[in-house]
This record gives sequence, C-alpha cells and structure tokens, in this order.
Amino acid sequence: MDSISQGLFQAFRLVLTLDPDLYRIMALSLRVTLTAVVIAAAIGLPLGAWLAVNRFRYRRLTIAVLNAFMGLPPVVVGLFIYMLLSRSGPLGVLGLLFTPTAMIIAQAILITPLIASIAHQAIRDLWAEYHDLLISLNATRVQRIKALLWDGRRALLTATLAGFGRAIGEVGAIMIVGGNIEYSTRVMTTAIALETSKGNLAFALGLGIVLIGLAVLVNLGIHWLGRTERASNW
Amino acid sequence: MSSILEALTADEVAPVAEAGGESILPLRLEGVVARIRGKTLIGPIDLTIGHHGLTIVMGPNGSGKTTLLRLMHGLQRVSKGRVSWSLPEAAVRARQAYVFQTPIMMRRSVVDCIAYPLILHGVAKPEARARAADWARRIGLGHVLNQPAPVLSGGEKQKLALARALIRRPDILFLDEPCANLDGSAMRDIESILMQARQAGTRIVMATHDMGQARRLASDVLFMYGGKVHEAAPAAAFFNKPQTMEAQAFIKGDIVE
Repeated sequence: MDSISQGLFQAFRLVLTLDPDLYRIMALSLRVTLTAVVIAAAIGLPLGAWLAVNRFRYRRLTIAVLNAFMGLPPVVVGLFIYMLLSRSGPLGVLGLLFTPTAMIIAQAILITPLIASIAHQAIRDLWAEYHDLLISLNATRVQRIKALLWDGRRALLTATLAGFGRAIGEVGAIMIVGGNIEYSTRVMTTAIALETSKGNLAFALGLGIVLIGLAVLVNLGIHWLGRTERASNW
Repeated sequence: MSSILEALTADEVAPVAEAGGESILPLRLEGVVARIRGKTLIGPIDLTIGHHGLTIVMGPNGSGKTTLLRLMHGLQRVSKGRVSWSLPEAAVRARQAYVFQTPIMMRRSVVDCIAYPLILHGVAKPEARARAADWARRIGLGHVLNQPAPVLSGGEKQKLALARALIRRPDILFLDEPCANLDGSAMRDIESILMQARQAGTRIVMATHDMGQARRLASDVLFMYGGKVHEAAPAAAFFNKPQTMEAQAFIKGDIVE
C-alpha cells in the first residue's frame, strides 16, 4: 500500500512541479503515438471499409489474417523493424534506427490491423443496412465507401481510440527500435520500464498514473471534438 | 385537400423527361426469371410498364411482389430473360428511384439525408441542402430539419424516403408497401405526395396489401400469385371483374395462400 500511495504522491508532485523531464517525455509520447495513430487510421479506416464493400477471391483469408494481426507481438514487430532499419538492413541507409520516426513506424504497424479490423466489422454492419439504398441511388464504389466512413464515424472513432490505447501503452517494439535514449527517444512507457528495473517503483507508478491520466484526457478531448455524445449530432 | 398537395408544384416533382429529356420508359420484361440457389423466386414474367399511370402490385405474402419491384429496379439479378429500357443501361439507374418498405435512414440529419442523392450526382452541397430543406418544409418535415433521421417517427421516415426518392425527379418510382404500419394521417400524406408526383408525370409502380389504397390510387393492377403475374388489368376492370379465382378471393378478403 505504501508504494501505491507513494506512487500517487509522485504523480501529483511530477505534474504540479511542472517537472521538465516529465513534460518532455509526455510530449514525445504524444507526438509518437498521435502520429502513428493518424497514419494507421489513414490506412486502416479506408482498408476496413474497402474490405466490407468489396468481394474478391481471397477476401475471407485477408480478413482472417487482418484479425490475427490484431494480436501482433510488439517485440516481434520491433525486432522485424530493427532488422529492416539497422545499418546492415535493407533500409539502413535511411538512418532511422533509434529515432522517434522508427518508433512511429513500429507503432503504426502494430495498430493498423487493429484499426482496420474494428473498422471492417463496424462498416460491414453499416453496409448491410445501407446496401440496397446506396445501390439504388447509383452511388459509385468510392461514394459508397465515403458514405460508410462518414456515417460510421462514431464506430470508427472507437476503432481509432482503440489503436491509440494500444499505442500509448506499448513498450516492447519502441524499446527495441527507439532504444530508450534520454532526451531523444525516451517515452512514458520506456521510462516506466527503466524506473521499474532500477527499483524506483513509486516513481514508476507515478509515471504510470500520469500516463493513464494522459490517455484519459486525450480520449475525452477526441470525444469532445467529435461531439459523439450529443443526441443531435451523428 | 392536404397542405402537401397545395405546396408542391409540378416543376418540383416533374420527372426530368417531362422537361424535354428523353424518358427511360417504357420498361419491358421479357421471359424474366429470378432464381436464388436454384430456387425460382418469380417468373417467367412478360410485361411492359408504359409512360404514364400508377401500377399497383398486389398479391398474398410470398407471391413475389417485392422481388418483382427489385428486379425491375435492378436490385435483384435476372437469372433468365431480359429487362430493357428505352435508354442504355448506364443511363437508367439515375432516372429511377425506390422506396423501401422499411425506410433506410442514413445516420445524418433529415436535410442531409434528402440532399444526399443530389450530392451524389454532383450538385454542390450548399445548393443541395437548400433544395432539400425546401423539399422537407413542403412535405411537412420542416420542424425536424436538423434532427437525426433515425429518430423520426415511422410516418416521417417514410416521407423522408419519398422526398429523397423524388428530389432527383425520377422518370419512374418504385415503392414497396410504403404505408405498411402507418396510421391514417401519415398514409394520407404519403398518398398526397404520390398523387402529386403522378400528376406531374412520374410513373409509379407500387406494391401494397391495402385494398382501399389500391382502389384510391391504381390506374392498373398487377396481381401476383405463385411468383407469376397472375392477372394484369386496368384498375376498374380488376376490381369489378377479376378474371381468376385467386384474384376474386383476394379482393373479397378471403385467405389466399
């Protein structure tokens, strides 16, 4: 219990004293995660809608693979990207290893299948509802996908937030490709892992509480911006 | 006379064809059969839908009314035979509209739902919304203009569906039991809009179970039975002197299976 109460105390202290290191890693966490979420949503949402609307030969297999990729092990993804970006790897010339960009790539790869899969399921239900209407109105394939994405935006926001939730709490992949370098690639989760390994449990817990608070704030902010809970808006 | 009949002008509901464009009608079905997984749903059917009038499609449940409408509109695949219009296939879909028995409400405001077909066909959004708002007001949806369409009452949903179907001024309008589960007032409003559209030149083909409505609206009747057009006749002839036993029983209100 002592460690938990000390953790709470540390969390308040870190936030209230405007600890510059804390705010630096919070900012980097948000930058990496939000960028990854934007990229993953830009790929995953249209992909999910496209899979819902189109029929093709290996559609079921594609969906099954996509669903399986929702559970991609972060460490394996991190290792794979590490091998791609390492100096001897095919993309080594880009010099991206141990940079925030590498962390963004890793997170985007991890959460794209999650966002696409949830989006596909939401859009599939909406497509079943809209199918006859959109065909009757002679909507083109692109127009159908646009309508489904727009009208399904609440469910798609949930898909995106699920991606955000997974990315903001992710540690395995970004530890490998980012290296947890202070002032460069250290984010909230890697800092927590480091402090835990050093035995600073209360401080690590404090960081954890701040991280949870950050995630809640971002979710609330996105819901507020999307006006999702107002009865008059759809 | 209801306010709806007074409000809509012929210019607003007249099909594009009436304004000088070439009509997609007549619609011809020649030996048309619809099958799903080897089971024949309807057919073979031969019929012609001409330029004017309001055809009522009647028949017991499962007789193929909805399948016939969907087939004519292109929502149901033709397994055998031919469905042809006077214009090429690519031109006809945009010139027809369909109102479903259970109105499909997009998750948008009333005005955006009505404007959607216009936006799909290249009308600028502000203009489409302005025209949709005008339409909505005239058919009695002015008070719910910005409400989400899915929360409307059954009658309001069906009016919205009708406005969405008519806003592009189709040559032909298909309706699948549009007044099922509606009360008398809502039904009167829907019928008023239909009569207005018909007078302006829109060809209407409508399935209904309601004998009173069929008598009020029909210019001719298709009686479906067992997946075939059992009887096709002008309305007066059908109601006064039905040719088949099944149609006679149906008109009398007997149970027809």
